[in-house]
Amino acid sequence: MKSIEELKAIRDKTLKEMSIRDNEDKVRIVVGMATCGIAAGAKPVMSAFIDELNKRNINNVSVSMTGCIGICRLEPVAEVFDSSGEKTTYVKLDAEKARRIVAEHIVNQKVVTEFTVGAAER
Amino acid sequence: MKDLSLHIMDIIQNSIVAGADKINISLRVEGTPQMLVLEILDNGKGMDEEFIRKVTDPFKTSRTTRNVGLGIPLLEQSAKMAGGELDIKSEPGKGTTLKARFNINHIDRIPLGDIPETIKMLIMANPNISWTIHLSSPNDDFELDTDELKHHLDGVSITNNNVLEWIQNTIADGIKLVYGGVLDEVN
Repeated sequence: MKSIEELKAIRDKTLKEMSIRDNEDKVRIVVGMATCGIAAGAKPVMSAFIDELNKRNINNVSVSMTGCIGICRLEPVAEVFDSSGEKTTYVKLDAEKARRIVAEHIVNQKVVTEFTVGAAER
Repeated sequence: MKDLSLHIMDIIQNSIVAGADKINISLRVEGTPQMLVLEILDNGKGMDEEFIRKVTDPFKTSRTTRNVGLGIPLLEQSAKMAGGELDIKSEPGKGTTLKARFNINHIDRIPLGDIPETIKMLIMANPNISWTIHLSSPNDDFELDTDELKHHLDGVSITNNNVLEWIQNTIADGIKLVYGGVLDEVN
């Protein structure tokens, strides 16, 4: 059993690190997690976003979920809100595409045009 | 839905949309024949009787209501397929209790799936909700309460990666402890 002591150790370590880090969320990734999204595989997509951000030690990006975005046929869908408030909608995602979005969009700040709703609907 | 963890992820969106800030997820193995009981209790805005009748009807709901769709009918289908049933109790202004029962030895009973991951994601995406997770079987009991964790965390965010990982691992240990030897998929 993982103990509360372990949790306290995590807390103490985090408190030490917090002072040297900018903890403000600047970028938001929102994954569509309604029945349509989940049935299409949104959970592994969200899991890949979280995992890839953790691997790269990126702390200023939040990952959250939302309901049906209204384009069920294009699920799994995720929206990336940049620090400027600019929104990019990515569609027909899978875990691999999610990892590429982290690498290219989040890290290199270059929209992955081929996965966007614009490209899918052309 | 392939497994119970996906149903949980889905059904809880209803509680969140209903404005709940306390959500209790309970998963129990009880009775003879042994049944797996999933109970989700929230303090959201609740539903009146007419609405409860509608939510289990996929045709009526998908046409007349935006917020409730196929999630509940799909869960009901999974429960009935495994010799169980779905039961919803709700009171406007008070909240909703949803209970799905599955015969654990039924050949069509869906597996648990990755419940620790589902709960981690739900907490991560909704850190302001007070979550309690309760697992039980004749073997053992397990409980996790995010308000209690927050108390121990003393200002460190519950959405911190290491904290979320701890939560996920703790629930995974809980599942092994409670359901090992009870459910086929847990060993």
